[in-house]
Amino acid sequence: MLKVNNLHARVEEKSILNGINLEVKPGEVHAIMGPNGSGKSTLASVLAGREDFEVTEGSVEFLGKDLLAMSPEDRAREGIFMAFQYPVEIPGVSTVNFMKTALNKIREYRGQDTLDAVSFLTKMKEKIKLVEIDQSLLSRSLNEGFSGGEKKRNEIFQMAMLEPKLAILDETDSGLDIDALRIVANGVNKLRTKDNATIVVTHYQRLLEYIVPDYVHVLYKGKIVKSGSKDLAIELEEKGYDWIKNELETV
Amino acid sequence: MSVAVEKNNFTKDLIQSIDPAQFKTAADQRKLALEKLIAIGLPESKSEEYKFTPITRLLSKQFEPNEIGRAYPSAANNLAELMDEADRGHCVVFVNGAYDSKLSQLDNIAQVTIESLTDALESHSALVIDQLSRANESVDPFALLNNAQWQEGLFINVSRNSKVERPLVIYHLFDASNSKVAAHTRLFINIETSAEFSVSEKTNSIGSHSIFHTFNEDIIVNENASFKYTKIQNDPGRLIQVNNTTVQQHKSSRADTYTFTLNGKLIRNNLNILIDGEGCESHFNGLYLLDGDTLADNHTTVDHKKPNSFSNELYKGLMDGKSKGIFNGKIYVRPHAQKTNAFQSNRNILLSDTATINTKPQLEIWADDVKCSHGCTSGQLDTEALFYLQSRGIPKATAKAMLLYAFAGEVLETIQDEELKVYLDNLVSAKLHKSF
Repeated sequence: MLKVNNLHARVEEKSILNGINLEVKPGEVHAIMGPNGSGKSTLASVLAGREDFEVTEGSVEFLGKDLLAMSPEDRAREGIFMAFQYPVEIPGVSTVNFMKTALNKIREYRGQDTLDAVSFLTKMKEKIKLVEIDQSLLSRSLNEGFSGGEKKRNEIFQMAMLEPKLAILDETDSGLDIDALRIVANGVNKLRTKDNATIVVTHYQRLLEYIVPDYVHVLYKGKIVKSGSKDLAIELEEKGYDWIKNELETV
Repeated sequence: MSVAVEKNNFTKDLIQSIDPAQFKTAADQRKLALEKLIAIGLPESKSEEYKFTPITRLLSKQFEPNEIGRAYPSAANNLAELMDEADRGHCVVFVNGAYDSKLSQLDNIAQVTIESLTDALESHSALVIDQLSRANESVDPFALLNNAQWQEGLFINVSRNSKVERPLVIYHLFDASNSKVAAHTRLFINIETSAEFSVSEKTNSIGSHSIFHTFNEDIIVNENASFKYTKIQNDPGRLIQVNNTTVQQHKSSRADTYTFTLNGKLIRNNLNILIDGEGCESHFNGLYLLDGDTLADNHTTVDHKKPNSFSNELYKGLMDGKSKGIFNGKIYVRPHAQKTNAFQSNRNILLSDTATINTKPQLEIWADDVKCSHGCTSGQLDTEALFYLQSRGIPKATAKAMLLYAFAGEVLETIQDEELKVYLDNLVSAKLHKSF
């Protein structure tokens, strides 16, 4: 599904990704872990198409297409979804209107009929249950005045509505208490199928107790320095990132 | 040096060409206005109140000095198509500054007197003369020019306790297809005690020649009365316009003033709100959506002269292309005006490197027991918000329009009249999708 090959990226003069290789297949969950500043969020942003970063080398193929050549909106329409670490507050645009526009633009792109008001509402009500989000919140301005937990739930709600093929969760656990974490993780788990895939970007192992990964990759200084099974995450939690740093320096 | 001399000559020649004696009405007030205008002159580039708005320079490029004070009959084109169908039955129309009895269609509204200012000088002599004299206290050169030179005016009196639901629409139409046009019109509205009245103002034109228009309006909102005014400035031509609007509020009155500026060449709005009684409420909101080389300049003043009143001001602007936005908001709270609440906010988004905004709040507060606040911001479109919308599959152009509409929406939402809100909503949406 996703093939990242020798990906290099920088912001201004600072090189952040230094040769990432990653392959994600349908049905898989990959966790990207690493200390602060290792490039985890940059990788998520580059995949979603944020323009602040310049790709200097390498390629990304998504379902056989050149992902890096696409605009952010086309990536979304092809099936990429990034849950933001810091969801943006947009006064004057309600989540409902926003989702209706987004969903119909995606359907248009895929040659499907746009949803009428009733079908949209039916779909919305069904997805609301997944993330246990208060419906009244969705008619308010997008994320404006939402708590940290509400914002993250809204991200997963949007993901449920748009049904992506590849979801990238960027530090979705940051700022969540244990109950909110459980709700968000449950939502993600219920959306898993054999045809879609998930990349979970996180600093802590905590989230991975709820969203169990097939593979864990450790990112350090812009490179994947270690890959393994879910046990790697547990080992990391016990030994800390210094373990990886020391190991690398010894080599 | 030579440029300065030319400018001075333009002002001098223009003032010299003005001849109030050509009018039979209000001779004393016209004469006084001209004397004051001679003393003040037209604004030069250093003039504090017009330093970002080079109106005299623009006028001198487009008009001969003696072309400002003449009348310009319409070329008899059919101007009805410049009007909105829905306004039939309750509109007053000026064409090139002259009252047009054919286009004006006024179903009889009980308890509302609408007559020409010339007639009102007979029927409501004391009131009109008093207002004309007060208007000469203005220090705005174009208010004085208008006072000396107004060709035609309208007088509206709304009787005590009457409630008029449907807004009266005042049209300024200009036919500049054969020649330039200069016009000076005047409006008086007197809303008697406990009456309710609404007015919308629209401007439209045909032709490619320059148009210069001054418009003086004086509105008295008497005790317990309520007034709503919506100015819709969307002239497609080359309109240079100076509006001097004074709203005088008496005890327990309410005024809601909206100014929408969507098009034109140079539009200057001087909006002066006088809080002249206790327990008043005044809302004045504005939205300017500018592109091309349009300049829109909103100078607002709210003068709290009496205690226990509330004023709230919200002006927002989007500037694209080479357009220029200017906002100056003065709040005065006089020594006796205790317990005044006065709020002001001006927010701007610049969409191109060549667009500019100059914004300046000016608060002068002499009373000590008041709540006042002001804030102004100018910035670019939030790229993070744009990316967020795009990352959900919304094309960049749609995402941009959504964000701009949301920005403008805050002003649109404050309009209470549903029909008017829909009308403006369509106008704003069309402009955002077409031009930005």
